[in-house]
Amino acid sequence: MARIPRHEMPRQKPEDRKHNFSEVALGYTEEMAIAEAQRCLGCKKPACVEGCPVGIDIPGFIMKIKERDQAGAIRILRDKNSLPAVCGRVCPQEEQCEKLCILGKKGEPVAIGRLERFAADMERAARPVADMPRHTVSGRKIAVVGSGPSGLTVAGDLAKLGYSVTVFEALHKPGGVLVYGIPEFRLPKAIVQEEVDYITKLGVEIRTNVVIGRTHTVQELLDDGFSAVYIASGAGLPKFKGIPGEQLNGVLSANEFLTRSNLMKAYDFPRSHTPIRVGRRVAVIGAGNVAMDSARTALRLGMAAYGDDVEVSIVYRRSRGEMPARAEEIENAEEEGVVLRLLTDPIELRGTDGWVREMECLQMELGEPDESGRRRPVPVEGSNYSIPADTVIVAIATAANPLIRATTPDLESNKWGYIIADEQTGRTTKEGVWAGGDIVTGAATVILAMGAGRKAAMDIHAALSGNSAG
Amino acid sequence: MNKILHKTTVADATSLFVVDAPEIARKAQPGQFVILRVAEEGERFPLTIADFDRDAGTLTIVSLAIGVSTMLLDSLQEGDNITDLVGPLGTPTHLEKLGEVVCVGGGVGIAAIHPVARGFKQAGNRVTSIIGAKSRSKLLWEDRMAAVSDELIVTTDDGSVGRQGFVTQRLQELIDAGRRIDLVFSVGPTIMMKMVAGVTRPHGIKTIVSLNPVMMDGTGMCGGCRVEVGGEQKFACVDGPDFDAHQVDFDLLLSRLTAYKQEEAHAVECHCHRRQQGK
Repeated sequence: MARIPRHEMPRQKPEDRKHNFSEVALGYTEEMAIAEAQRCLGCKKPACVEGCPVGIDIPGFIMKIKERDQAGAIRILRDKNSLPAVCGRVCPQEEQCEKLCILGKKGEPVAIGRLERFAADMERAARPVADMPRHTVSGRKIAVVGSGPSGLTVAGDLAKLGYSVTVFEALHKPGGVLVYGIPEFRLPKAIVQEEVDYITKLGVEIRTNVVIGRTHTVQELLDDGFSAVYIASGAGLPKFKGIPGEQLNGVLSANEFLTRSNLMKAYDFPRSHTPIRVGRRVAVIGAGNVAMDSARTALRLGMAAYGDDVEVSIVYRRSRGEMPARAEEIENAEEEGVVLRLLTDPIELRGTDGWVREMECLQMELGEPDESGRRRPVPVEGSNYSIPADTVIVAIATAANPLIRATTPDLESNKWGYIIADEQTGRTTKEGVWAGGDIVTGAATVILAMGAGRKAAMDIHAALSGNSAG
Repeated sequence: MNKILHKTTVADATSLFVVDAPEIARKAQPGQFVILRVAEEGERFPLTIADFDRDAGTLTIVSLAIGVSTMLLDSLQEGDNITDLVGPLGTPTHLEKLGEVVCVGGGVGIAAIHPVARGFKQAGNRVTSIIGAKSRSKLLWEDRMAAVSDELIVTTDDGSVGRQGFVTQRLQELIDAGRRIDLVFSVGPTIMMKMVAGVTRPHGIKTIVSLNPVMMDGTGMCGGCRVEVGGEQKFACVDGPDFDAHQVDFDLLLSRLTAYKQEEAHAVECHCHRRQQGK
């Protein structure tokens, strides 16, 4: 077969999209999808499946797309993936399935992620209301803490098995990081809402504005008659760098910045009552997906307020090759005009009248390789210089919110505060309690959170049916 | 859910709401707060729980209508629902028997200090409460504070009720009179709490304040409410809101409280304009 190049994802042009919050990636047309699907060799021993954290039958669903059997494609996807419209957009396929695709050895891998998105989007229009048995497992109710990807997955899986499930969400809208963290232009909230609606149509009760650890403790849930509790409260505690000046006005954690913009719709202030302030010179500390999301959001807000005289920089102490963000998000950011200041370490923030005005930076250079063979960044003595910055967004890391571990004494967590849970079953050290997602692993991906949820749901079902091995 | 069962005016632009919230009422402890939202486009904002009735399943909150969110709350009537209400949040006040406790409440902070004063009294302390406001029309809950205190000292800037002067002056008088004071607990405008700390610091009297930074989330996930206490960064919504007053960087807090002043004023303008137009 002649080597056909991978089909590009149609995207909004950079000069247009930096003025709006609409989704950047527009999705394949059916023709594009079929043409891309035809590149797939349908390997007998598909390497791509090995790379998928939940083991989707990738050649299978792609074959259905080739055959124009959209219903068949989504059925195969949904067998393993409860959030295909989300994963098709945010999964780092280049690190997972696509990385192992045999076509990638000599050319470009099949665009598995884009095909997943295509199939999921086709289904969204005609999603059947699940005609599943409801609450057939009498006397067994399940509590899920957190309505992010892991919690929603467990809720859906157990509801389909007939359990009565209640999801407790601390915020006033469900979705977790899908709704507060990932911007509209990468993951439209209408898609998240559809996933949430699907779960509630299965009979799951989602109770917002309930903070487990405050409104109720985990023990109280068990005492109240829940047969099992699945903790999926995420890793939402923001971390700061600890440099002088971080308390100045205009310095925000990425969580605060993104939550104001995404969840609280501050881009629509004053119609939405939550304000957000962005200056003309924005510096984002960090280079992961959250940093890219923050930078691209700040760019859009800045352009809306000031027009072209806005500069948004990523400030990162390592080099390009080490940036944790997805390559396509870095590419999107650069196309939109985000500046990458690499090998640059922010060491102090200074301001006037309580507001940040400049960031002092230290140049880094790659030094001797460490044990892993990577060259470590080392500071260049005396290379200090300052850049103007009237908004600084700290997007370096998050950690586990301490509320649940602080109020559940017999639930063990590790030294970083993450809950200790068995990798295969999700069982914690507390009887009747399972956990999964970022609260166990630290900040990771939607698909890993979902995969953990699937395993835990199976183990909870086994335990409650009396089929458990242990 | 979150239905307003009772609403009454307790001072100028200050309303009291009794809200049906059984889950929160069952767990509420003195010193804790709730986060509310009024209307679909509303922001999240905190209010201290001024009272709670576990049997009736109700909370009492007191709100001064000073910005868009509190004005919107004030426009709600009995029978209306509060769009979103979550709690109880914050670490509860540490209550123990120490002996002599002085509670100092200013303005709408008097409502916040009410459950704390009661808690200290129930823990076996002799409670002296000093409450102050600008004038009679701004003073609230004199009767409720009298009910939970062994001694009540009332002071107003203009002398229209009680003594004339500030709460800090009344506190200074107690100290100067040689009164034994094991703990001072204070809630009110930030500048007032800063001054209370200034009065007790030279005498080494342990002083706890309940801080009120700008909050967006209230559950510890955004860091917007971060304060500096003893040189360390703390989140008021999770580590607080109570902190050792002598360790708090009040000037930093005062500065951070102005972060959205322009936006707040603009929003009030738009809101009043819309209301005038009958929207």
